[in-house]
Amino acid sequence: MKTIKFLSIFALLGVAFVSCSDDDENPDPVNEEETITTMTATLVPQGGGTTVTLQSQDLDGDGPNPPMVSVSGDLSENTVYNGTVVLLNETETPAEIINEEIEGEAAEHQFFFVPNSSLNATVTYADDESDYVSDETGENFTTTNPVGIVFTLTTTDASTGTLAITLRHEPKKPNDGTLADAGGETDITQAFNLIIQ
Amino acid sequence: MKINIFITLFLLVSFYGFSQDCNDILTGQVMDYHNKTPLENASIQIIGNPKIVKTDSKGKFQIPNLCPGVYELEISHPECTTTFIEVEVDKIAWIDIKLEHHLEELEEVKVVGDAIAEKTTSALEESLRLKTLEQYSSGSLGDALKELSGVSSLNTGANIVKPAIHGLNGSRVLILNDGVRMQDMEWGDEHAPNIDINATGSISVIKGASALLYGGDAIGGVIVMEQARIPAKDTLYGKSIVNGVLNGRGGNITTELIKAFESGWYLRGQGSYKRLGDHEAPDYILSNTGVQEIGASLQLGKQLFTWGWDAKYSYYNSEIAVLRASHIGNVDDLIRGINNGQPEIIRPFTYDIQNPRQEVTHHLGKLKFYKRFEGLGKWNVQYDYQNNRRFEFDVRRGERDNQASIDLELTTHTFSTDFKLDAKESYELQFGILGRFQDNFANPETDVRRLIPDYEKYDFGAFVTGEYRVTDGILVDAGLRYDFNRIDAKKFYQTSRWEERGYDQEFQDLIIDDLGTQLLTNPIFDYHNFSTTIGAQYTGDNSSVTRVNYALSQRAPNPSELFSDGLHHSAARIELGDLRIKSETSHKISASYQKDLNNWGFTLEPYANFIKDFILLEPTDAEFTNRGAFPLWEYRQTDARLLGVDAAAYINWSNTWMTDHQFSFVKGTDTETDIALINIPAANLRNKLTFTKPEWNDFEFSLESQYVFEQNEHPEDIMVFSPIQQQEVLLKINTPPGAYHLLGVSSKMEFPFKNNLKLTTGLTVSNLLDTNYRDYLNRQRLFADDLGRNIILQLKFNY
Repeated sequence: MKTIKFLSIFALLGVAFVSCSDDDENPDPVNEEETITTMTATLVPQGGGTTVTLQSQDLDGDGPNPPMVSVSGDLSENTVYNGTVVLLNETETPAEIINEEIEGEAAEHQFFFVPNSSLNATVTYADDESDYVSDETGENFTTTNPVGIVFTLTTTDASTGTLAITLRHEPKKPNDGTLADAGGETDITQAFNLIIQ
Repeated sequence: MKINIFITLFLLVSFYGFSQDCNDILTGQVMDYHNKTPLENASIQIIGNPKIVKTDSKGKFQIPNLCPGVYELEISHPECTTTFIEVEVDKIAWIDIKLEHHLEELEEVKVVGDAIAEKTTSALEESLRLKTLEQYSSGSLGDALKELSGVSSLNTGANIVKPAIHGLNGSRVLILNDGVRMQDMEWGDEHAPNIDINATGSISVIKGASALLYGGDAIGGVIVMEQARIPAKDTLYGKSIVNGVLNGRGGNITTELIKAFESGWYLRGQGSYKRLGDHEAPDYILSNTGVQEIGASLQLGKQLFTWGWDAKYSYYNSEIAVLRASHIGNVDDLIRGINNGQPEIIRPFTYDIQNPRQEVTHHLGKLKFYKRFEGLGKWNVQYDYQNNRRFEFDVRRGERDNQASIDLELTTHTFSTDFKLDAKESYELQFGILGRFQDNFANPETDVRRLIPDYEKYDFGAFVTGEYRVTDGILVDAGLRYDFNRIDAKKFYQTSRWEERGYDQEFQDLIIDDLGTQLLTNPIFDYHNFSTTIGAQYTGDNSSVTRVNYALSQRAPNPSELFSDGLHHSAARIELGDLRIKSETSHKISASYQKDLNNWGFTLEPYANFIKDFILLEPTDAEFTNRGAFPLWEYRQTDARLLGVDAAAYINWSNTWMTDHQFSFVKGTDTETDIALINIPAANLRNKLTFTKPEWNDFEFSLESQYVFEQNEHPEDIMVFSPIQQQEVLLKINTPPGAYHLLGVSSKMEFPFKNNLKLTTGLTVSNLLDTNYRDYLNRQRLFADDLGRNIILQLKFNY
């Protein structure tokens, strides 16, 4: 009955293995690096005036708390604002600046700025892919589709409405400038309530 | 079969009178090894002598006129393994010969005779034979199982097919792979069984929890996959199957080789490889739906009359691309995806498997030993080891495309032993115990918060089942099982989630570390579950069988139901488990009436399943993040009721024409709210016309029609706030697609050559008319049409 011996040895080995693998070490926590907790759009009026910042902050990432949305003040009529967007991951200390990743993959990303119909404002892109250095090649992109990290917002008459800022990953590029045409996946999106006066 | 031929051959040889003055007599009795039943019609032959004697109804035989000496006898019986014994004859000798005349041997005979031994007496049960499995050689287990009435599947595209029995899937369906209960993270909707369909010989499906031997938690049912028996004779045989598949522009190849020895030793090797590129819907390419699958197994053992052992190792690896358009960013992307009518991303055909994709590897090792005790029964002991590694890759930002978002390793050790008392004619008793240890490791290197935490799980089970023959026609079976499960997890919760769920009120003592925004907790939960079954089978006359069965089963929640927590990127949904979930309890009553008349027959199987504390996952709300809103899918418990009926019929119109008809219907209701359950298969009707002509090289042709009704009972769609539209919109996430009708044809021919060589060719066309359709139980129905026409050419070589 060699077989029985053989089997019992194996079974014992199995039991031994089971007993050994029991460890009481605690697992390591995961801090998501990809999370974008904070989006800040800074609007600096050309020719001086009050800077307006729009911020959406969601410190628990995909957790249950909704983002906190804030607008620092009202926009002025008939003004051209130089805009920039900064994305942060504040779950890490110090906060990680996500912009670097977007810039490195500029050809795969695009911001979309959509004022609703009641807001008398228009947004144009002030950058294109060739402004950024590709992570892949280490050189500037050769394509010139818009990215939107830098933009220009122009107001006309006094009004109220929303401006939605959306970052899409892997959109169709080039596109007709609408979210619908661009497709892709939303990395971040927020609508800000604005007043122009 | 061989034995039969062998016997017949020898019967044809006329009896010789033995010569000379030798007048010793050898007498004896041939009986069953287990229960000592006399075996009639066994043949006894003295080696080197053409004369054969047969046993009488008492199993007795007599060989007169022998000279004193030592003889070798060959004893054979149509339903037993042939044995040889040596006997010394001096004057009058009496010898008792025990043959193994039993179920498992019967199984061998029955398999040849186109049937598979039943696993239960009174439950609803159906089987798939090798012939059908071979037809699905290029598909998956789930595809093949859908041939059976009452079996459907929950799909994620064409490659991820999760079998569902009577409307239930996942942890409620156990899969026994050659005696090993698969532990392959069956709790995920998009996790298909890690099984190569080419590695199995037959599959039985028990529609319910009545087979307590396999587990007590099979509220849906049990899928038992078995190997074909290896004959105990000197032989070497094998087969190879090659499939060319048009839709996906690829195919697969599988080969099996078996070497067996008369001494009982055997060796079996099997391997398969499958590769398909993007699949195609009638109107477009389903971008990123390719698959690569590798399966291999090696088995070695010795099977003897009284004892035997079996060692097996099997490997399975699959890399599956997930439809690119099904990977979305938030609820607006989802709305857009649903409204688009066709996938947002359609690229040219490619074989590349890109993100999103999954890669799973399953190792299975098994050691089994059995011994038979004369006049008592059979003892089995088994140890098995399983290792399951799952990677899921998402479309990610930065240089993370090659960094998995989900990286889980599940290791399982199981030790089990049972004893089957089957010596008595009127009853059979089986009892056994099982111990299992499982360890799940969730790799933090994903840089994504764990969807499933690290855990250790301990299972212990004990069962006893019995079968009693009341009269010739009535057979009663019953069983009882107890299972203990302990799950010991180490899980991080976001503090905000912990509080939002209200766990800070109930489970504060589980916290072992507070990291500020995250809490490390150590939930340890114990579950005690009881299952029982009782039923009867009544064989009216030779033409009808009635079965009635009641099964009570309990299932402990799986890790996903307890601990799921977070954004499931590839599904664009936030899935939340609940620590408060307890075991669910099912009461299932099923009946079946089967009648076989001269040229036709039918089976009717109604069932009712009442599940208390039924655990389900459904969309309830939406949660807002910086990425927008996500549908929130929450696990909850409720009382549910499933009522259904499966019906099947066949008609032999002539020797060459026959038809098969199948209808399945199930209705699932949440009895607390009186709302339909989610993901319940729609009613479906299948009709098949078959033409066979054995004279034309076993020519077979069939035309099949499948009509799937629209599922008109489903939970309501949900309203969510769309940031883009700045208003509440209806998310049509529960709206089922319409009814559809598919036609398919298949044909085959066999070409025998010399030396047992045989070539079988087969041609199968599915979705013959290239119909556009979507199926309610395909999770990708929201984004794309199902598969268009497919043509499969199959070549099979037996040698």
